[in-house]
This record gives sequence, structure tokens and C-alpha cells, in this order.
Amino acid sequence: MASTTPRIIIVGGGLAGLSAAIKVAEAGANVDLFSLVPVKRSHSVCAQGGINSAKNLKGEGDSTWAHFDDTVYGGDFLANQGPVKQMCEMGPGIIDLLDRMGVPFSRTDEGLLDFRRFGGTLFHRTAFAGATTGQQLLYALDEQVRRFESEGKVRKFEYWEFLSAVLDSQGVCRGICAMDLRSMEVTTFPADAVLIATGGVGAIFGKSTNSVVCTGSAQGSLYQQGAAYGNGEMIQVHPTCIPGEDKLRLMSESARGEGGRVWVPKNPNETRPGKQVPDADRWYFLEDKYPKYGNLVPRDIATREIHEVVYDKGLGIQGQPMVYLDLSHIDRATLDRKLGGILDIYEKFVGDDPHEVPMKIFPGMHYTMGGLWVDADQMTNIKGLYAIGECDYSIHGANRLGANSLLSCIYAGFVAGPNAVKYAKSLAAAPDNLATSFENEKKRQVELNTRLVNNQGTENPFKLWRELGEIMSRNVTVRRYNDRLKETDAKLVELLERYRNVNLSDKSMWSNQSFLFTRQLQNMLQLARVITQGAFLRNESRGSHYKPDFPERDDANFLKTTKAFFAPDVDEPRFEWEPVDFSLIKPRPRRYDTK
Amino acid sequence: MANKSVLFKIKRQASPTSEAHWEEFELAWRPGLNVISLFMEVAINPVTRDGKPTTPINYDSNCLEEVCGSCAMLINGKARMACSALVDNLEQPLTIEPFSKFPVLRDLQVDRTVLFENLKTIKAWVPIDGTYALGDGPRMVPKLQEQAYQLSQCMSCCCCMEACPQFNESTGFVGAATIAQARLFNMHPTGKVLKDERLQALMGDGGIQECGYAQNCVEVCPKDIPLTRSISDVSGDVMKKAILDFFRT
Repeated sequence: MASTTPRIIIVGGGLAGLSAAIKVAEAGANVDLFSLVPVKRSHSVCAQGGINSAKNLKGEGDSTWAHFDDTVYGGDFLANQGPVKQMCEMGPGIIDLLDRMGVPFSRTDEGLLDFRRFGGTLFHRTAFAGATTGQQLLYALDEQVRRFESEGKVRKFEYWEFLSAVLDSQGVCRGICAMDLRSMEVTTFPADAVLIATGGVGAIFGKSTNSVVCTGSAQGSLYQQGAAYGNGEMIQVHPTCIPGEDKLRLMSESARGEGGRVWVPKNPNETRPGKQVPDADRWYFLEDKYPKYGNLVPRDIATREIHEVVYDKGLGIQGQPMVYLDLSHIDRATLDRKLGGILDIYEKFVGDDPHEVPMKIFPGMHYTMGGLWVDADQMTNIKGLYAIGECDYSIHGANRLGANSLLSCIYAGFVAGPNAVKYAKSLAAAPDNLATSFENEKKRQVELNTRLVNNQGTENPFKLWRELGEIMSRNVTVRRYNDRLKETDAKLVELLERYRNVNLSDKSMWSNQSFLFTRQLQNMLQLARVITQGAFLRNESRGSHYKPDFPERDDANFLKTTKAFFAPDVDEPRFEWEPVDFSLIKPRPRRYDTK
Repeated sequence: MANKSVLFKIKRQASPTSEAHWEEFELAWRPGLNVISLFMEVAINPVTRDGKPTTPINYDSNCLEEVCGSCAMLINGKARMACSALVDNLEQPLTIEPFSKFPVLRDLQVDRTVLFENLKTIKAWVPIDGTYALGDGPRMVPKLQEQAYQLSQCMSCCCCMEACPQFNESTGFVGAATIAQARLFNMHPTGKVLKDERLQALMGDGGIQECGYAQNCVEVCPKDIPLTRSISDVSGDVMKKAILDFFRT
């Protein structure tokens, strides 16, 4: 019999996880909240631009239907439309609630919420809090969760790694298996329902705009336990990132909007610093190829052109995957007035002053549209297991619009939280052998740990990761060719093989971060195959997924959700395709130049 | 330039109870290195400067964009974030140590839960009635929003506490970050309903009176949060409350 007060486990404390925690606690159920980091340090803090909702405070006649249409159209019709419509309808209420929670949204003179424009819409629909909207939203939710925590309704398990779900003999999720990142001890935790809110998979691509914890390990683990993974191949790349030695940081599109010019030296062996290369020796390739739009071609085109110049023509700056984004021809006062904040970021992390020298930029993996497959209640194909936020596949289809991610995370948490409580209250009794299921899962995970720590191989896990990131970024991001995808999958098989021969330089069992990362790496490699093979099988171009050999969208064959299931017998994914619900808005060609 | 290298030493400690020791590393210089990328390099090739095999460095990090507050440590003696510490701007050999005023867990990882506990004590939240539809939030003039936004960018990195001479076991001082958060919620139209309780929590031993006005906190704050201004502001409120309380009893 279900206990009178349900216990819900939430894994991940970003916007999705925290908003679910609030709803569950408010509904009177108990929350156990697991996170790799103190939840206030989750990746949601990185979002800068804002959060969309059709509040229509600018007299433009915006509506939740228009928001719905923009989102579906922006996603190239790959998202099931029901949840998208519901999200857009909940948008204005979510903004009001965040406002009541104290988010310092930017204001108009009258003291009302201000809204700005963002890509993929004609309306001022994006509420924002300075240049750190994600941080401000996360803090507001974090504060509400802290309030519930102090009332004893939420228990936090920070510095814990989710290892796997505990499934009973009928395949129903009954709890999780997790590891304390200090003592490295493995423990199982029972729950009436489990919500996964573990974000994107940036680390599979080596360097990305994602935070360190965004490895996709939890999703990879659940996929290997039988959870379906939807539209894995849909990965958003942002054209202008600042390549760092440690990660990629976003450089806002407004730099090009204010007159930034993209170029490379004509000579691949050019050794002079960018500033000293005379105009005659520079190739402004976007202006050259697109005389009408110049540097302001859409994101996907800019991204593809940069890739071609670097990888096919070998013209990256000093052989590196980088091109120049130049603002140094514009006077200092104008730049400070229009772009002050973002130029400071460049200077802080690169150490060069973009008023004086051209910036070095490159496209970078930015957002995971695909993810764990869920139904309209946010439940995965495993009963009692929910997925919410960037780690679920719904809402964004083949491409995400700017400022829709924060909304989709909160929406998913608000839907899944109450659904999970309802589910938990009507949950049938567990099979008699439930204790055995818990014991077996713990045993499996402890054995994995023991094997890993005692492995006497020769491979350094961080080197394997570097190789993984390099090939994924090169072949499975911007322009996808079937032969290169095939080559990538073969490389992934090789890496999985070499993974078995891994050797940890640190074998201690106290706060061992390299051990943790090595554990995650296996799940990342398996998920990389889902992404790569999914891309291989989708012979069309749709949203972020672009194949030069199949440049058109093909609704007849591919207006379908890719569903990947792990096949343990062959140790690789097996694919199914599910029809997309487009009953509300009929698919039409996606063209921003004619709309 | 071809043979330039980066020299750095790291104070390491295997567990909370083990002895600390220093390890020196030398890596080939590349443009654009920050302190985090040095750690990543060591993880790929964990060997000290004198060729001894060692283990990867343990450190907290996440966003690497100076918004999550994770990677705070002492770099050349200064409390700061490792992600925004560019090697080319630092004197070599770099000395990298964990915070000195928080319990060391391993290497550069320290336990900073004290700040999150403080935030509970001062009820650092807006006490909303519920998350169901209750209409618009309160109106707010842009000036107030700008003030709030400045304070709301505090990422709980604890640099201000590490740098504060008064933040130690004998005073039990809560530190500047907590006080600035009390100010933030006290200025919110709804949040101020708990103002009295917040001020109460900041009275007495370990409270706001422990501040010695050394002003180290504003100097190290990576987000330029007006910490001393906040302390004097809240201090005034606490004083007023103390006087009122005195006459009430």
C-alpha cells in the first residue's frame, strides 16, 4: 500500500528540479532532492537573455497562441504540439509567480515588467533580469526550496551522484541508487516516484557552453536501464562562442548586430596577430558569400560557413578552430554604449580588449533539444520515472528558440510535480520481492565501482574524453555527412573498448572526482552513440540537424520522433520512429526570409 | 616564447584529517590559460614538476563563467574565482590554496555550508502565499529593481567571508554576504514582512556588530556587491530595532 505521505525523489536542482520540488512540497508530499553540487550552483545560472511569455505588455497584440506558433515553427514541427501549447498558456502565470517570488526583473518607468525581443519572434515577449536572468530565476526558486527545507518538507542531498533507478520485478521505478561524493559510499533510496532533472549533455562534445556537471550521465544510465531516448540527434550549436582552454563561453549575437565583421586570414600560415593583418590579406567570408545579409545571416548558416572555412579550407586562425569577430573598427564610445556588458565578459576571460583587437570566436555546442522520452504528463516509458527540463525531449523539437528554455524547465517541473504526487497516491503495492530489487541494484553499482578502481589498464579517462569531444564536435554538430557519422560511431565503439582498459591514477575512496568522472564517461559514450546513430538515420535537414547531402526537410519520411532503446544483447541502440502530433498547427516550410 | 612555461604550486590535502603538503607543477605555456585549465591539464597527465606521478587535483567548479560561485580559492593569497583567474595576469610561480577559514574536504574543496545555513537563519526568501495563480507581482520602480539586482547577484562564493578579519571561530561572525541578503529581502515589498525576524537574527554575538569595518569584503567581491553599504544600512536598522525593543519592554 502506498504510504499516506508520498515521498518523491528529484534528481537535479536546476530550474526544473527546483520548480518540481516546490510543487511537490506544496502538495504536502516529502521531497528528497539530489544534486551533484549545491543546488544554487546549478547550470541554470548560465542563462543570460531572458524568459519568454506572451504577457502582451507592449500593446503588440501578442498572444499565447502566437507564442505557441513561434515555438512549433522554430522547432521545425518536430515537437508534439499539446505540451507546447500548454507551456505557452502557462507562461504568463509563471512570470507573475516568479515576480511575486522576488525575481528582480528589469522594469519600465511605470514599474511594470519590461520585455525585449529575441530570435524567432516579432513580439517583445522576453522578460529579463539584467544580463543574468537564469541566475535570478534559479535563486528565487532556490530561496523557496530553502524555505520548505527549513520547514522539514524538503531534504537536500547535495554532493550526491545519481547512479541508477531501482526498478521492481515488474519494471516500475521504486527509488534510486546514488553515491555520496565525499565517502564514495553507494546507497539506495526508496521513493513513490522519481523525477530526473539533470540538464543537457554538453560534456559529450568535450567543450561546450554547458557547465561541468552537464555530462548526460544520468540520462545515459537510465537509457541503458530501458528508458527511451527521444530525438537524440537534435543538438543546438551557437555560432559565436569564445573558445576557452576550459570551456566555450557565449558571445552574444548582438556583437554582429552592431556591426561586427567575421573574417579569417587568407593565408593559412599567417603568423601576424589579427590586428596587424592588413585588410587586403583578410577574407570576410560571410560578406563575400552573402552580399545581402553579410555578417547577419541566421545562426545556422553562420555556423555552417565557419565550420567549412575552418575544417574544409583549413583557414582557422593559426591552424586552430577559430575565426575573427571584429569590432575594433567601431569607435570606443559607440561600443561601450551598445555592447558594454558583453565586451567586458570577453576581456575578463580572454584578457584581450575587443575595442582594440578582433575577438576570436567559434561555434559551440549549446543546447540539448533531445532527451529522455516523456508523455504529456512528463513520465518516461518507465512507470514512476519522470523527466523534466533540458534532459527531456519534449517542447523544442528540432531547434530551440532563445529564452524558451527557462520557461520549458519551469513548465515541466510544474506539470511533473503534481502529476508525480497524484501517481504516488494511487500507486499499487510493490511486489513482495522489492527488497531484493534494491539489494541487487546496489550490488550491481558497488561491483561497477570495485571493478573500476581495481582496473589495471593503461588508458587515461580524461584522454578518452578529449578524443570523444573532438570527434563529436567535428562530425556530429553542424554539418553532418553519413560517412563521417559512420566513422564517428566506429570511433565510439573503439572508445568503449578502450574504456574497459582504463586506469585511475587516483584510487582513493574519499571525494575522488576523477573516479566519478570515469564512471560518468561510460554513460556518455553510450549516449554519444544514440546521438550519432540518430543523426545517421535521419536523412533530411530539419532545424539544427543539417545534412548537405539531404538539404531539404522531408516530412513524408521524417516528421517523426526518433526513439532510441538500448539493446543489451548487442550493446548498442535500437531505433523506433513515432508519429508527431501536429493536429493544431499544420506543418509549413520554415523560412525566416519570407515570413 | 616557444619554451615558456607555467609554474604553479598547489596546497594539497588528501582528507579533512590528513596533513597538507605542497606540490609543484610545470606546464607548457599556451595563450588563454586560466587556473581551471591548469587543473584540467594535470588530470590528463598527473605528474609533478620533479616527475613524480600524482593524482588529479580535487576542486569545486561548475559554470566556469563566474556566476555559480563554485571555484573560489586562494590564488597568490587572494580569495577569488579560479575560472576568471587568467594565468597571464598572475605572478609566477602561482600559489593555489584552499580557503583557510572553512574546513578542507580534499585539496581545494572546502565545506561552505555555513553560508547556506545562515541564509536559513535570516529567512532569505519572499514568503509568498502559494504558487497558484494570485495575479501580478508588486510594482517596483526601476531604481529599486536596480538596487535589488545588484545584491541579488551574490553567488554565495564566500570570498567576502574568507577575506574578513572578523570571520573566525572566536567571533562567530555571519559575514557580509548574509547581511547583504538580509538587506535584499528587507527592501522587497513583500519580503519586508519578515524584516523584524531578520534583524533579530543579526543581533547579538556573531551578528552584525562583529563587523570591524576592515572593508576587505568589498575589495574581494567578484560581483562588486555593495557589501559595506549593506552592512551600514542593516546596522542602522538593527540599532533602531534595539532602541524600539528597549522601550517596548
